[in-house]
Amino acid sequence: MDQKHIRNFCIVAHIDHGKSTLADRIIEATGLLTSREMQEQVLDNMDLERERGITIKSQAVRTVYKAKDGEEYIFNLIDTPGHVDFNYEVSRSLAACDGAILVVDAAQGIEAQTLANVYLALDHDLDVFPVINKIDLPSADPDRVKDEIEDCIGIEAQDAPLISAKQGIGIDEVLEAIVQKIPAPDGDPDAPLKALIFDSVYDSYKGVIIFCRIREGRVRKGTKIRMMATGACEEVVEVGFFGAGAFNPCEELSAGMVGYITASIKNVKMTRVGDTVTDDERPCAEPLPGYKKVNSMVYCGMYPADGAKYPDLRDALEKLQLNDASLNYEPETSIALGFGFRCGFLGLLHLEIIQERLEREYNLDLVTTAPGVVYRVHTTDGNMTELTNPSNLPEANLIDYMEEPVVSAEIMVTSEFIGPIMQLCQERRGRYLSTEYIESNRAMLKYELPLNEIIYDFFDALKSRSKGYASFDYEFKGYERAPLVKLDILINREEVDALSFIVHADSAYERGRRMCVKLKDEIPRHLFEIPIQAAVGGKIIARETVKAMRKDVLAKCYGGDITRKKKLLEKQKEGKKRMRQIGTVEVPQAAFMSVLKLDDE
Amino acid sequence: MMNDLGLYIHIPFCLRKCRYCDFLSFDDKAFLTGRYIDRLKAEIADRAEEYSGFKVKSIYIGGGTPSILNAGVIRDLMDHVYKFFDVTDEAEISIEVNPGSVDEQKLHEYRRSGINRLSIGLQSARDDELAVLGRIHSWKDFCRTYELARDNGFDNINIDLISAIPGQSTDSYAESLQKIISLEPEHISAYSLQLEEGTYFYEHRDEYEWPDEDTDRDMYHQSAALLGEAGYDRYEISNYSKPGYECRHNIIYWCGDDYLGVGIGAASYMEGIRFRNTDSIEEYLKGIRCTERNVLSETDRIEEFMFLGLRMTSGISASDFCGRFGKSVFDIYGHILETCKKDGLIMIKDDIIRLTEFGLDVSNYVFAKFLLNDR
Repeated sequence: MDQKHIRNFCIVAHIDHGKSTLADRIIEATGLLTSREMQEQVLDNMDLERERGITIKSQAVRTVYKAKDGEEYIFNLIDTPGHVDFNYEVSRSLAACDGAILVVDAAQGIEAQTLANVYLALDHDLDVFPVINKIDLPSADPDRVKDEIEDCIGIEAQDAPLISAKQGIGIDEVLEAIVQKIPAPDGDPDAPLKALIFDSVYDSYKGVIIFCRIREGRVRKGTKIRMMATGACEEVVEVGFFGAGAFNPCEELSAGMVGYITASIKNVKMTRVGDTVTDDERPCAEPLPGYKKVNSMVYCGMYPADGAKYPDLRDALEKLQLNDASLNYEPETSIALGFGFRCGFLGLLHLEIIQERLEREYNLDLVTTAPGVVYRVHTTDGNMTELTNPSNLPEANLIDYMEEPVVSAEIMVTSEFIGPIMQLCQERRGRYLSTEYIESNRAMLKYELPLNEIIYDFFDALKSRSKGYASFDYEFKGYERAPLVKLDILINREEVDALSFIVHADSAYERGRRMCVKLKDEIPRHLFEIPIQAAVGGKIIARETVKAMRKDVLAKCYGGDITRKKKLLEKQKEGKKRMRQIGTVEVPQAAFMSVLKLDDE
Repeated sequence: MMNDLGLYIHIPFCLRKCRYCDFLSFDDKAFLTGRYIDRLKAEIADRAEEYSGFKVKSIYIGGGTPSILNAGVIRDLMDHVYKFFDVTDEAEISIEVNPGSVDEQKLHEYRRSGINRLSIGLQSARDDELAVLGRIHSWKDFCRTYELARDNGFDNINIDLISAIPGQSTDSYAESLQKIISLEPEHISAYSLQLEEGTYFYEHRDEYEWPDEDTDRDMYHQSAALLGEAGYDRYEISNYSKPGYECRHNIIYWCGDDYLGVGIGAASYMEGIRFRNTDSIEEYLKGIRCTERNVLSETDRIEEFMFLGLRMTSGISASDFCGRFGKSVFDIYGHILETCKKDGLIMIKDDIIRLTEFGLDVSNYVFAKFLLNDR
């Protein structure tokens, strides 16, 4: 099929504006699948995505559309995540596209992530056209939303299709608009091969499956390909395109096409997302520009609950990293938790998702330490180190000063909630920049906020204080000096490295106190009294006590049913095995996790 | 040589299920009583044949509430036992009775059936606490029963008492203890209430004010102190008696001697094998009996010897251990015994190993250490 009959595009939207539903409708309407074959959301094929109703991984699908002009077009639809944590994934998907459909909710209008995603698309030189979704809602106001799009984003919106993806209204119009408004790909099919890796998955039979967009040249079975950044060379075993939830082999992929390549690549490190694939015998001169490298914003320690599972955790992380390049990890050792990894994430949602995928897809039981951001520590000898693990903080007398990451945040909110939201930002040490009115009753608040104030529960707090009406986006701004201290937790006078964290000096007392209270509830009574203390720089600032055990007895012996009695004792012994030994104290794994939830109260 | 066994007979019926009770009993299946007793008798006959080489040295009729059965039924049941089993003359024969469901005629029949020990479920001497527990009798009902029992010649009586009842204070518990002491029963079982899944209390646990761990222990220590002063000997974690009146049937359980349980849910330990009857009365009525059978390994027997024997304040004897298993208890448990001793949980004096007062309070913690197998 020639290039002018190919459309490579993605859909961008604020979370919940109906992107995945529209994707489903497009797939359905283009007829590759009958309605009966449609799973509820075809593109979201990870269990986790389905359960949470969000799209985590970008996925691609190829469908065939017979347009009104009588010609058949190939649509390569690449799904993208909407959450702020996943800008990196969005960016990867965008690089494989020529255009984007912007979905905006007819009732809610433009939200913070709408803007963030549109700007990202425009940065990638994509042609963007808007679609107004959910016009079936009673509160829908498409005309207002059209104006908003033109005013805020500056793209033509008057002829935007008015649709309801849920009800299947207006889908034909969207399909035609894809043909009309998304440009066909270009690129010389006879030039040397130049393809961008935008994703990959590991398959135990086929090895690494590379998802790529062919920019120039062609690739087929037998082509000897080379990854330009890693230098790895392999012979292609199979090329193909993405059916719905399936890989369909084909003869050849050529310039303008989106598809996959397998080449018996066993080592996942060989195929980096963002790398350029070329023909080893006839290489292209220059690689494509890779993606902008994203830095992990949030770090935490992840440890297998059962120490023997350490190699399993390592393998699992390696596999996950293959199709989630924004995850990074390196081995570390904790006195309390043993061997594990310090892992870096884009944000807290990303962290939670990785944690859940490790637990579900790889069947691992994990102990996770409190998440933190990357601090910069300037020591008195004039050096600067980046600190991802609080227990590596140098002695106080060696520290000149510390810096913490700060983000520029944009919060879109209706005017009635401006007060409460400003107060929230204040509490989180935010620095107010400006208020801009988008329309008479909606404003965009701009703040600078320390990242460590928003990684825990800022998003939830924002939603609850605005009755769900506020939306939020942020980007990393830079580092700023701040009075930061390390808060240590001592259990029975022994410091527990896995519980240490960095906190602003002003909130150290409050955090320390709450940690102690929480731990007191989590740690079972022992034969002796256990003090739980919070300390800053060796000085105790809070204390709770787990009283000594006074009772652990089965008064009655169930007549002669000794078996039942023994089962109880076995259960008790089994429970002990799952504890972590801190000196002479046995600490349940849950204690390490529960302190993450301090902000829930 | 003849071996001895203890016979347990389970009567799974009661008038009303108490709120704390998770024993196998029904308050809505009285209509099955006749058929149940028939099956029970059949089982007794079969078991007697199976274990014909055994003499019965104790019988315990428990429940449920055995005393809701008509006097004639118990009499008939006992006659049946005597017919098939060789019951020794000095056998201890106990029955559990409830103050609300026993009368003079029944007590009279029990005596005539050879029953020589009564276990009366009182639980508290205060009517408000009895109401909380869901008991069907008052303190006065109990006193009448107790008096009748004495009048009918029962000279070995146990009274069951519960502490850590919702709303109970150490004072109100002391009141119950004092009232019971003044009646001078031969034996007192003083348990602290345990919240068990499936009970009314468990389902409604949020509606009650539960005494905390410290109050619970204070009450337990109160039992030991007050009963000790009154001349009772604490011979097991929850059991007190006047000298010579320890419950021989219970001691069988703790010493690893043979016992045979008949009726639904009844557990047995005969010749190194633990087995247990079905919990389902419907199954039992169809003739199904044993559903669980477990041949104990030496390791199992060693573990049980420890965690059962240590329930008794007389403890276990190292030479007894050596005689049974042919090895030294110190070779097997040396390290654990050492740590427990250091933590003040056990005492080792000459040949005897036993729990300290504190060890009795946290006995589960100690017992769990004596499990050898990693399962």
